[in-house]
Amino acid sequence: MSDSSLSQPSRSDRLFSSGSLGEMIFRSLCFSAATLTLVAMAGIIVSLTIGGWPAFKAFGINFFLSSEWNPVSEIYGAAGPIIGTLITSFLALLLALPLAVGISVFLVEFCPVILARPIAVAVELLAGIPSIVYGMWGLFVLAPWFAHYIQFPLLMNLSSDSWLGKMVAGVPNGANILTASLILAIMILPYMASVFRELFLTVPAQVREAAYGLGATPFEVVRSVIIPYVKRGLIGVIMLGLGRALGETMAVTFIIGNTHSLPHSLFDSGSTIASTIANEFTEATSEMHSAALTALGLVLFMITFLVLILARLLIGKRS
Amino acid sequence: MVKKIAALIGFVSLLGSTAYATTISGAGATFPAPVYGKWANSYRSQTGVVINYQPIGSGGGIKQIKASTVDFGASDKPLKVEELSKDGLYQFPTVMGGIVPIINLPGLRSGRLHLTGSILADIYLGKITKWNDPRIASINPWLKLPPVPITVVHRADGSGTSFQFTSYLTLKSPEWASRVGASDAVQWPIGLGGKGNDGVAAFVKQTAGAIGYVEYAYTRQSTVPYALIANSEGRFPHPSTESFKAASASADWTHAAGNNISLLDQKGSESWPIVSTTYILLHRTPSKPDTTAEILKFFDWGYQNGDQDALSLDYAPLPKEVKTFIRQQWKTEVQVNGKAVYSAR
Repeated sequence: MSDSSLSQPSRSDRLFSSGSLGEMIFRSLCFSAATLTLVAMAGIIVSLTIGGWPAFKAFGINFFLSSEWNPVSEIYGAAGPIIGTLITSFLALLLALPLAVGISVFLVEFCPVILARPIAVAVELLAGIPSIVYGMWGLFVLAPWFAHYIQFPLLMNLSSDSWLGKMVAGVPNGANILTASLILAIMILPYMASVFRELFLTVPAQVREAAYGLGATPFEVVRSVIIPYVKRGLIGVIMLGLGRALGETMAVTFIIGNTHSLPHSLFDSGSTIASTIANEFTEATSEMHSAALTALGLVLFMITFLVLILARLLIGKRS
Repeated sequence: MVKKIAALIGFVSLLGSTAYATTISGAGATFPAPVYGKWANSYRSQTGVVINYQPIGSGGGIKQIKASTVDFGASDKPLKVEELSKDGLYQFPTVMGGIVPIINLPGLRSGRLHLTGSILADIYLGKITKWNDPRIASINPWLKLPPVPITVVHRADGSGTSFQFTSYLTLKSPEWASRVGASDAVQWPIGLGGKGNDGVAAFVKQTAGAIGYVEYAYTRQSTVPYALIANSEGRFPHPSTESFKAASASADWTHAAGNNISLLDQKGSESWPIVSTTYILLHRTPSKPDTTAEILKFFDWGYQNGDQDALSLDYAPLPKEVKTFIRQQWKTEVQVNGKAVYSAR
């Protein structure tokens, strides 16, 4: 292995050393593909900042703190959509994570060969469903079911003064923060589960066999060998799942109820940044309205960006 | 392989042949998109002119015609005269529609529940919270109204429908006017938002005690019963293309500056109170007069031949006199170097 450095020139040598014309074209094509992404991202940030600047300038810190969103009097405070985005995404993650881990551990550790393929295919199929279909399913199937079998009974049986009663207060029609989070969880689940499975498969068979050889139970193997082995990868996948949940638009728009005020309970209607933009951008005729929506876009970009940075920090640099 | 190449050549030549036909692009309001689409289809088969209409929303339509990225814009919300003159634009109406409140109450049939504008405003303000409220009960003595709480449903997306509905509430309730106002999107005091007409209809259908408002066409498709609203003469006509026409017949079109006309709460015992018309936006002095002439020709064709198509899609055609008035207006309003771009015969 130590000899490989002799035969392989370093990266910078590879970038600048001359070769045949074909090689050079190939290199520059790869280089421009990589830089194009950077340029596009910088362009997006710049245009979002310029577009949203009037809103930041007019409302300052109140843009983040106020939950008054009033297109008629041109006052825009985005606390409602920002909080809504964070709550639904984290709830979705909370719901999807144990399921994703369960699915992938089962597939890798316990699954009979005959079942492994159908389950893996089903998980991948879930990932292929367009988000608008999830939205319609949520609106026409999940919401009424949820209202009838969960919201109504809870509303009838819990005192409205109790802590739990306050958490479930709201109009029983299934359009609320919790159902939106449920839909989001279903949407990020297949992605997380399939990458988890790939991760678990990277654990060398010898390590696993050795643990079993020492008399560990399957649970102990998963907890003390497999999970620690892929811990960094796990965090990365969780963060990417969160990123997907933060930006999801269509499915959430259908089912969250779309009110700009701060949600008071899990069963209250709310809104997210993406759903607000999708709802209002087409008909935003005034300049400040467009600016406020563009500023929201920038806020969402920043939140996603922070999540990715956090993921990097948690994963740490590869040694 | 040879077959594939032959097919490809055939396909390319097909593309080539369509490129020769005149293509007109328009963008804007979603509400009239079905009828424009139907007109465009018939018009294309008769004249070969292709009308490419993109229903991107009124806001987008206004922006695009101002930037001249499309040949015509379309909006459900008429522009004010100042805004028209600032950007050198001209607007004219095409078809009308009505907005209808829908209600989900057990056992309620369409047209049985009566409401007034001020009751509707107080429901949407959250001041009337139960269906057996004395104010509702007193004008519906034939109904046994349950003590069910009212769930208010409104549009979540910015929409011309919301603009007309909130304009009507503004007209009927001083408190609504001062607290909320009229716009495509407002700060709703209460309630939850559904996406699109079908989103509102779905929430109302799924929630006992819910009230929402939708375009007339959706009351015909859906099974949710509609309520009647008192018109300016205190009568309760049913929503129909007839009662929308009645409202437009009472309106004073010829004196509306910039054709900016409100059909809300018009006189006439048969007039439905929430009626609106949708508009086409053009440059007053077009840089491409030939294209603009084609656009006017198309809508002229629509005025003369499109009524059945409009009615079949639950739009109300404009009254005959209004069409004649607008067709004459084109000669003086859209000109290049003092000459009419298109003269309707």
